[in-house]
Order: sequence, then structure tokens, then C-alpha cells
Amino acid sequence: MRLEYTPEQQAFRAEVRAWLEAHVPAHPLEHYDATRAGFEAHRAWEATLKSGDWGMVTWPKEYGGRGLDLIQWLIFEEEYYRSGAPGRVNQNGVFLLGPTLMEFGTHEQKQRFLPPMASGEEIWAQAWSEPQAGSDLAGVRATATRDGDDYVLNGHKIWSSRAAFADWAFGLFREPGSERHKGMSLIFFRLDQPGVTRNPIRKINGHVGFAEIFLEDVRVPAFNLLGEEGQGWHICMATAGFERGLMLRSPARYQVAAAALADLWQSRKETSGGAGADPALEADVVRAFMNAEAYALNIYQTASRLMAGAKIGPEASTNKIFWSEMDIHLHQTALAILGPDAELLPEPGAHEWLDDYIFSLAGPIYAGSNEIQRNIIAERMLGLPR
Amino acid sequence: MDFTLTDEQQMFAQTAATLFGDTCTPDHWRKMMEQGVAFAADRWAQIVENGFTLLMLPESEGGLGLTELDFALIAQAAGYVALPEPLVESAGIAAPMLAALSPGHALLADPAAIIAIAPAANPVVASADVASAILFERDGRAYLARADAVFLTPASTIDPLRRVFRVAWNPADAEDLGPADWTLATDRAAVFAAAQGIGLAQRAVDLAVAYARDRQQFGKPIGSYQAVKHHLASAQTAIEFARPVVTAAAASVDQRDVYSRARASHARLVALEAADQAARAAIQVHGAMGYSWEVDVHLFLKRALALTGSWGTPAFHRARVAHRLFNRPVGPDQTFAREA
Repeated sequence: MRLEYTPEQQAFRAEVRAWLEAHVPAHPLEHYDATRAGFEAHRAWEATLKSGDWGMVTWPKEYGGRGLDLIQWLIFEEEYYRSGAPGRVNQNGVFLLGPTLMEFGTHEQKQRFLPPMASGEEIWAQAWSEPQAGSDLAGVRATATRDGDDYVLNGHKIWSSRAAFADWAFGLFREPGSERHKGMSLIFFRLDQPGVTRNPIRKINGHVGFAEIFLEDVRVPAFNLLGEEGQGWHICMATAGFERGLMLRSPARYQVAAAALADLWQSRKETSGGAGADPALEADVVRAFMNAEAYALNIYQTASRLMAGAKIGPEASTNKIFWSEMDIHLHQTALAILGPDAELLPEPGAHEWLDDYIFSLAGPIYAGSNEIQRNIIAERMLGLPR
Repeated sequence: MDFTLTDEQQMFAQTAATLFGDTCTPDHWRKMMEQGVAFAADRWAQIVENGFTLLMLPESEGGLGLTELDFALIAQAAGYVALPEPLVESAGIAAPMLAALSPGHALLADPAAIIAIAPAANPVVASADVASAILFERDGRAYLARADAVFLTPASTIDPLRRVFRVAWNPADAEDLGPADWTLATDRAAVFAAAQGIGLAQRAVDLAVAYARDRQQFGKPIGSYQAVKHHLASAQTAIEFARPVVTAAAASVDQRDVYSRARASHARLVALEAADQAARAAIQVHGAMGYSWEVDVHLFLKRALALTGSWGTPAFHRARVAHRLFNRPVGPDQTFAREA
């Protein structure tokens, strides 16, 4: 146990900080889910990141990464969020598919897909859910039929984040006639190719954050199959482990929000409709800070364990519950401090408490609903019967 | 940066868990409660024999010179069995304070001697009846009163495996040890109460899981129902996000600054909340059985309750976190901050 950064880690932090200070756009970009222009502005930012070799710091150099360890990743993320740099438009690619490709892909697939993913040249969406397969993902009906050296894809995917503007999707398909967890395969397809129709879906914040995708005889080369035919369910569960466990929501995101909340409280407690007279509100501000600290300490502990050779297990589901619930609590507290101003849309450039609150409400739903996570904890971690 | 325990630390903790688990069984709790005692001399002898009372003492006092982190692992194991004996108060808080104030003190020569401790915040003194001496806080100083120089009045506590007393004493009959670091004692007490809280919480969840796998209703084990599962999954989640705080707090006590004090208080708040949540979930999962004296879950609820009020209320500890939050830099680069 040594809870101190080494001189090398401190130097690394200084290097990241200096680069970000020199490169982070002075004005916030339009949201990547709002318009095509916002999306492309974020793609351009990914190219800038890549020019500094910051695209995907933990990946091996040969696949477009920087070859850093998980503690360095955490330091990078801390500086990234501190700097107010743009959100990662390719998060589904780099944080979910990337690690899965690293584990299950062939050398040729890694060479083909990872470098343009790390640089943002190719932006990815996840195409797993279907109208009849949400929490019960094994109910997927979309099919992949082998035809010579190709697969022919048919079906209807939905709730696919970024799919309105992204270039590629990684989808879950089944062999015709197969059932439940058997016969599923993970296959990549381009979102702009013939036979693919995507209809944007507006989220409750008004953005076109996700889309539904119709596939009609979409032909892709067998090269686009990840792992073995029929291994799709197993691979998806590995992806879900990364998603819930470590990378999707780095602690820095919440620590920055908790710091902003403390500032908001200190600036408004004397003026905001007598909010300062409510000690319960200050207790909630302290609670939000403690939650963010606890999440960070948990992730540092996990990173240390993984670096010592451990694997992520079902305890990853506790992370997903914790960050999603703390995010809602933090933003509810902010709105309570804002009091009568809470409903007012912010001036341009002001902190987006309201929009961030609305987004936090999605947390317990995406990446596997919290009800499913609690089942996983109960069954696989505690050993309760199915 | 390394957040892992050493093999030695894990082995030491395992030794404690085995010793406590073997002797501090449900049958043994029942026997102690029937006899109305909260101290087992044979177990205390084993605790002493294994060196647990020497763990925090410096080597110059014949101790092992280990750290708060090492002791926190033992405290967690103590929580898991609701250990009645005052190992934490005596060996984790009182003895190190005495060693710091009075190196070479005769009391420290006997590893079996129990030293009780009475901070100003506590209205009662735990295990004063089995103590050789009691350390008292008064005006920032520490006084050591021998057992024969105090007058004990038993107080009733809801925790059946704990004995507490109101103590009358006179500074004139006690050894004045001078100004003492009661803040450090509070930090240690907070961290070790937190560690016990993790043990209490995990035991409550484990008891409920065992019951829910076994108990059948509507033709199925009740643990197969989601409403039951989710109570226990939520409790386990609270444990998972308290444990690393406790570990980090224990590893940082020695910083003795605003940051380490806030972390100790944070650990105490969330670990005892987790213990309360887990114990209440376990009672609910046990149904009417959970409300009965016969089922052991209430022991963990009551120990958590007793620990929550001693060595500073939750409001006191929340204020220490608030002090750090509003008076020092905050942000993702400050997680492991310390005073320059």
C-alpha cells in the first residue's frame, strides 16, 4: 500500500496538463448528439488528441495507443476532466469495443479496426438492443446468415447511442433458427452501407442521442465477425464487464462535478432564496463529495488489483449502480441549491446543471439496467439462486 | 501508487479471522448472553498470544511496530464476529496513546493488560470492569487512573455483547500524562470503528444470504425473488464503496492533517451506514425470524448502533469532511492530497 504518486507519475500528470492547456478548445463544442456539425467537431477534436498521441493511452502502441498502465490512465482522465476537454464521441468504440477487440480479435482485425478507432477516423455505435430484446438480451432476433465469404444481416436494432451520426456499429446477431444464448455472433457493419436505414430517436433532453437501425440484406465480409461464430453472448458479457467495471465512467467525471457543486453551494448559500438556512443541503453537498471520493478510491483499488494480475468479476455491477445513483443525487442537490432558478435553461457557457441532471436519469437504464445489475450481484457475487 | 495489501497483511488478517471465527461462534455468543458476560478470558489469552495487543506498539515498547492499516484488518475481522473483548479500544487506541505519552510505562510491559479509554465525547466507558487502568480526556490532557482509583456504575446498553460504565474518578488520584493527541485517538477510533463496520455489514449480508438460500416460500427459496435479491445487492454495494475508503483512511492516519482526518471521518460515516443498512436488510430478509432474539442478526445491528454514537456523532464527523471540502483544494487531482 502506497497512496502516493511516484515522481514519474507526477511528471506524467504535468505533461498531460501542459498538453491539454495548450490544446483544449477555448469554447465548448456543440454537443455531439445535437447536430452533425457538433458530431464532426468532436471527431476533429479526437484527431487533435491523436496528434498528441493521447487517443487511447492504455492501448499498445502498435494499435494506435500509448502503452500506459491503468494508474497512468486514471491520471490522464483526471487531467482530462479537470481541463474541461470535450466529451469522447467515440466512447462506445474506445471503451467498450476496443478492449473486447483486444481480447477476442485476430491480429489482422486489431490492425484494421483499432488505430482508426483510437484516432476518431471511425466512430462506433453499439447495436445490441432490439424492440423485443432489452434487459433480456438473449431475446435478440436479428439474424446473420452465412453466404460464401460473407454474412447477410437482417433485423431491427434500437436505442443505439451515437448511431445517428456514427460510421460503424458492432451488433449482436443470431444464426437463423438458433435460440437464446446459443448461436449468437458479434459482427461489425458500416452504418452508411446499402440496406442500412437509421432513424434518429430524440431523447428527453431533445437531442438525437440514439437511433433505431433497420437492416435489410446487409452484406458484410466474414472478416467482420469478432471471435468465433456462436461466441457472441460470451463476448458481449466480457464487453459488459469493461463497460460497467472500469472504463466507461472514470471517477474524475464525478469529482469534477462534486467540486463544481461545492462551488455552487458556496456561491449561492447566502443568496439563493435562503438555501443556506437549510443544513440538509450542505449535508447533501458533503455527501456528493464523499460519493465521488469513494468511487475514485474504489477504482484506484480495482486498477491496482488488475495491475497485480486480477480480473474484473461480477463486483463490476456494484460500480454501475454506485456511479449512476451518485450522479443523480449530485445533480438533484445542485437543482435544490438553484431553487427557483432550477427550471431555467442556463445562459450560454454556464454550467449545464439541468441538462446534466436529465442525462443522469439515463444512468440507471443504459449499460444494463440497475435492476439487472442487482440480479447479477445477488446471483454471481452473493450466490443467491436464479 | 499501489492500493494492494501485502501477503503478510493478508495472512495476519486471516489469522485473526480464523481465531475469532473458531471461538466467537453463535453458540458462544448465546452462552455469553445467558451468563450475562461480555468477556471471555480464554479468548483474550489467545488474542494476546497471537500478538494482536502488541501490533500498534512501537518496537521500543516490545511491540510489533505495525500500522493502523494492519490493525484495521484485525478490527474488520473483529466486527465480523461482533467481538465482545475490548481489543480495538485497548490495543488500537489506548495503548499507543500511553506509549506516546509515557514511553516505558509499566502498564505496557504486560501485553495482556487492558487499558480502557474515555474521550470527553463518550458518556460511558466500554469494558471498564476488565481494565487495569483507564485513560481519561480532560482539557486536552490525558490522565491514567488505575482500576482501584475509580468508581464504576454499570450502565445498560442495547448491545448484549458489550459492557459500559459510568466512571467517577478524581484527577488527584490519577497520573497526569500531560497534553495528549486526542485528535489522533479520534482518527484511530474512527478508522477502527469503520473497519469493524465493514465486518459487521458483511456478516449481516452473509447471514441473510444463507437464510434466503434455505428458506422456502411459494415453493421456492426466497432468495430467488428479486425483491429479496435487491435488498442484499444494495447492501453489498454499500460495502464495496465503503471498504476502499476505510483502507485508504487506515493507510493515511499517519499524515495527521486535514485530509487524513476527513478521510477517517468519511470512512466511519459510510462504513457504519453500510453496517446499519446491511443489518436492517438482513432483518427484513429474515422476516419475523429477523425480529426474534433467537436469530443472530440483531447483534450486528446493535453493535453498529453502539459504534455510531461513540467517539463523535455522525454530525461531528460530517463537519470534519465539510471542513476539508470547503477549505482545501478539491478535484480529481486531490484524491491523495496531503499538507505540504
